[in-house]
Amino acid sequence: MAEPRPVLEMTGVVKEFPGVRALAGVDFRLFPGEIHALIGENGAGKSTLIKVLTGVYPLDGGTVALDGEPAEFTSPLQAQQAGISTVYQEVNLCPNLSVAENIFIGREPTRAGRIQWKRMRKEAAELVDRLGLDIDVAAPLSSYPLAVQQLVAIVRSVGTGDRDAPGSGTKVLVLDEPTSSLDRDEVLELFRLMRQLSRDGVAILFVSHFLDQIYEICDRMTVLRNGALVGEHLVRDLDQVGLIELMIGKALDQLEELHEHQLHSGVGELLVKAEGLGRTGKIAPFDLDIKKGEVLGLAGLLGSGRTELARLLFGADQPDSGTVTIGGKQVSMSAPNDAIGAGVAFCSENRKTEGLVPDLTVRENIILALQAARGWTRPLPVAQRDELVAKYIKALDIRPANPEARVGQLSGGNQQKVLLARWLITQPQLLILDEPTRGIDIGAKTEIQKLVVSLSEDGMSVLYIAAELEEVLRLSHTIGVLRDRKLVARLANGPEITAGTILETIASGAHQ
Amino acid sequence: MTATDRKPEVVENGAASSRATRLLGDRRLPVLVTAALFLAMYGGGLRRYANYGFGEPQVFLNLFIDNGYLLVAAIGATFVIMSGGIDLSVGSMIGFTTMFTAWLVERQGLPLVLVVPLALGVGAFGGFLMGYVIHNFEIQPFIVTLAGLFLFRGLCLVISKESISIGDASVGTLAQTRVPLGVGELSIGALVALAVLGAAYYVLHYTRFGRRVYAVGGNEQSALLMGLPMGGTKIAVYTVSGFCSALAGLLFMLYIQSGDPLHAIGMELDAIAAVVIGGTLLTGGSGYVLGTLFGVLVLGLIKSLITFEGTLSSWWTKIATGVLLCAFILIQRTMTARRKT
Amino acid sequence: MTTTPRWRALTRHHLFWPVAVLIALLIVNVPFTPDFFSVKMTDGHLYGSLVSIVLFGSPLILVAVGMTLVIATGGIDLSVGAVVAITGALTCSYISDQTDQNALSVVFLAMGVGLVAAVVCGLWNGFLVARMGIQPIIATLIIMVAGRGVAQLITDGQIITIHSEPYKLIGGGYWLTLPFSIFVVAAVVAVTVLLTRRTALGLLVESVGGNAEASRLVGIRSTRIKIMVYVFCALCAGIAGLMISSNTSAADGNNAGLWIELDAILAVVIGGTALTGGRFSIGGTVVGALVIQTLTTTIYTIGVPTQTNLVFKAAVVIVVCLLQSPKFREKVFGARRSRNLTDPAPAEPVLPAAAAPKPPKTSTEVSR
Repeated sequence: MAEPRPVLEMTGVVKEFPGVRALAGVDFRLFPGEIHALIGENGAGKSTLIKVLTGVYPLDGGTVALDGEPAEFTSPLQAQQAGISTVYQEVNLCPNLSVAENIFIGREPTRAGRIQWKRMRKEAAELVDRLGLDIDVAAPLSSYPLAVQQLVAIVRSVGTGDRDAPGSGTKVLVLDEPTSSLDRDEVLELFRLMRQLSRDGVAILFVSHFLDQIYEICDRMTVLRNGALVGEHLVRDLDQVGLIELMIGKALDQLEELHEHQLHSGVGELLVKAEGLGRTGKIAPFDLDIKKGEVLGLAGLLGSGRTELARLLFGADQPDSGTVTIGGKQVSMSAPNDAIGAGVAFCSENRKTEGLVPDLTVRENIILALQAARGWTRPLPVAQRDELVAKYIKALDIRPANPEARVGQLSGGNQQKVLLARWLITQPQLLILDEPTRGIDIGAKTEIQKLVVSLSEDGMSVLYIAAELEEVLRLSHTIGVLRDRKLVARLANGPEITAGTILETIASGAHQ
Repeated sequence: MTATDRKPEVVENGAASSRATRLLGDRRLPVLVTAALFLAMYGGGLRRYANYGFGEPQVFLNLFIDNGYLLVAAIGATFVIMSGGIDLSVGSMIGFTTMFTAWLVERQGLPLVLVVPLALGVGAFGGFLMGYVIHNFEIQPFIVTLAGLFLFRGLCLVISKESISIGDASVGTLAQTRVPLGVGELSIGALVALAVLGAAYYVLHYTRFGRRVYAVGGNEQSALLMGLPMGGTKIAVYTVSGFCSALAGLLFMLYIQSGDPLHAIGMELDAIAAVVIGGTLLTGGSGYVLGTLFGVLVLGLIKSLITFEGTLSSWWTKIATGVLLCAFILIQRTMTARRKT
Repeated sequence: MTTTPRWRALTRHHLFWPVAVLIALLIVNVPFTPDFFSVKMTDGHLYGSLVSIVLFGSPLILVAVGMTLVIATGGIDLSVGAVVAITGALTCSYISDQTDQNALSVVFLAMGVGLVAAVVCGLWNGFLVARMGIQPIIATLIIMVAGRGVAQLITDGQIITIHSEPYKLIGGGYWLTLPFSIFVVAAVVAVTVLLTRRTALGLLVESVGGNAEASRLVGIRSTRIKIMVYVFCALCAGIAGLMISSNTSAADGNNAGLWIELDAILAVVIGGTALTGGRFSIGGTVVGALVIQTLTTTIYTIGVPTQTNLVFKAAVVIVVCLLQSPKFREKVFGARRSRNLTDPAPAEPVLPAAAAPKPPKTSTEVSR
């Protein structure tokens, strides 16, 4: 597998941002035909390394060699032309264009400068077909859910190699957290594709927070911590425990305790009761009750209506049927304000677009919900504000612990913590967490799960949505199962409930 | 992975409503609405002024003759707006071109064949410069083209504070030429404008550059990461707009046969209004150049209708334009709003 | 250029470049008018170039301050010029219809009528933008186009002149040795700063402008806030309209406040508030408006033919914006701290590097 000469070799790479040294002399190599995992906590420098490699950021020090030749890219286009294709974590396509155009834009088939639309659609359809996907390539990309858009992005980057002359096609395929919004089948589909490409000699750089996936698909891994290289290992030489130790520098096995704890803790009286709540095309009318101190987990595949259910409970979308009662009082749920007034808080899965105000500081982002509830005429007194902010920065270990830092510059995990702090400060009765652990590192994941448990202990109800069934199982008292935009079952969590039980329930679509 | 997961979301809403939903989801809808409203207004005009010759085909063709320059300017603006930018320098560039050509032809005695390419070159270069600054120094287009607005209007005044009328024979001939069209006739300016429309349609839909314009307008960051030459596209878009403005200036000069430092003040707003009434989103990435044609026709029709009404003072034109602009915006808004929910 | 930490911290301050340009512009005047900075006391009134810059710049400052908040929410208000015209037209036509134009009650009532009209315009803009969700540039375009027509309708296409001493005070009178309009401006600026920074309004405005959807989900009533800023902006424009018509004792529906929206937007941007919304700076806007007014004054003092006024304005706009662009600073000044690896040399200066630190230099070159 490991040929003597790496296709890509980065030596002593340095990248600095104002006040931060994101990469401090990192070495990295990639051999043809291997699938190589890049691992590290948030802020370890993974994304920066990728962006340096693909020409988004200029290099501040060190060298990059492609096929033994020194190379430095000043734009993604250059990198692409040199054979380095990238699929980013966030879908980076144009939603206003058709799927076919998104696959081919920049290299559309033309004759005498005229785009051959028919040929382009046909080729795109073939490509999509060959990858076993059922996508209408003529439809606008925006009409598809995020997961499919992600797949289109992968199709695009694979397609790049196909159209170029043989030999000069894709040498390196960078996949930056491509699986974070895919469900299991989609992931398997992707893996099949990755194996096929690696057999063709493409070197694949794979970034993922899902360790199981790394062990399933990768041959070799490079671990970063705080912008520095901590090790390069063959996957078979290092087990998960060893890997996690490398990543965060300390062993951790507290997660199982959480599970035990949750199974044995009790819940209080009824807090939230939803009856016949629904919205056409989003989620079928459902009944739901949440007790004080209860963690209700939602399980279901992507697109099953998990997020939609949560948004209705928060008034983020207006329900077109049903009622919600919170603490005995009916709440109209026509806007988020109504829900917030009744003590509901909602952390969206889309941190950047629906959560943070990137230009504002950590402090301002934290107090935003509380301030909005107080109205513009009653600002938080400065002393109280600073005290609250300092308290939550400390409690959640937000880094940098500087309330004046711009939130946009924080890493994903810390941004998530800022969002949590924003809502915790309002002392909600029901906290809705939609994928709070998505795209953040193991350390932060653990902290957030622990926090959920301790909040529920203090009597706060939590609606917890996560793609990872293990997380839902670990934290929930009760598990709601969704399928095809319908709440199909409610399971009381217990020792007999496993991921298998839930998967079966999803598959059979069993009713209560 | 189930097959249904792969279908566009709009189709999932059940078979009965799917056709309506798809229609409302169609990006061509705003253009159709504008076209329908244009026809309705035209129909209203036919009924009201039937006895005053509104039904003559020539009245319709005059819309092209009287607004050819606006159409060309609006097409340039369409490129810019589609890419997510804005160009405020359109009116000034038109004014400047009339001054510049009038000055070259009348005061310097240069032949028209030389002046035309020169003027177009200057316009395109002005657009290029603005695009260059916008892209390379990441300054908002609103501000850069605002500076362009001041600069070119200022240059008009530098050339001369007085209006220069054009007595050149070739200009006169060109301006008077009418091309018979069976039911009526069109001026050279109108034909040029229609040719520009055709060219713009081809470029936007059948060239890589055109698709890049849509891509940049749809999501600039993505377009960059997809490896598209974004900078080049942005600069090119402003160059196109500068070129179109200069061409519009030439047509305006033909139409009015003089150069004046006060020509076409505020025409950028007419151009933007036409583009928006034509269904192009100011945020970029969505719209059609054909819509712009209807936008221009609607604006032209308002002027015609007020002329036919006869007794109204000039300020009523402004008020009517504003009210109709408002009506179009609200109608489009309700149509697009329903699409979203 | 020294690069000590303190100097760098200073240049990074958001007010540094606007203030630097303002000071540079003021200094340019000195060789042409040696007593440029002197202020004289005549008949109990203070006179001097500095006083007149603030005096003539007053309407622009007012409009720009209102515009700042609108821009901070991610909007823009193109209708302010029309609102200036409507307010002036209504107020003057009301006063001119009265027998005693000097009665205080008449003047106050007239101003009330004018300002109510301004508020109505603001409500309309706010309604279209916040409730109907129309792009601000288009929503306010409606009043920009129709408003001038309305103003002309009110004045019947004429210029209405009035003879009212109390009304004259606002835009042309003196109080405590200073032009009265300076006090009006100071009061409006102070109220705005208090309103935005002593309450949570500023934070909520910046949040709405920074991320509208996140703001909605956090429970900010952005509709209300947006309507509020459009009304405030229109009110500022209304006061400016009173000032302009008071200064000339006349209302001109066609020309009052012409292009003031563009100048105001320019002032906001020079002051460092991004057109994309989010962070705003009232102080920066005031400086920005003063830069624009100083420029106009400078053009008169240094004796450049007035028709080049616009060319100058364009030059200064470009220079100020280039100086504020981090990209430009990096490319021009950053080249000296050259890193061997990534030298962005090819896209070098549009402007000679030597001219950049002293913007007025370019201006004088053009004037020759």
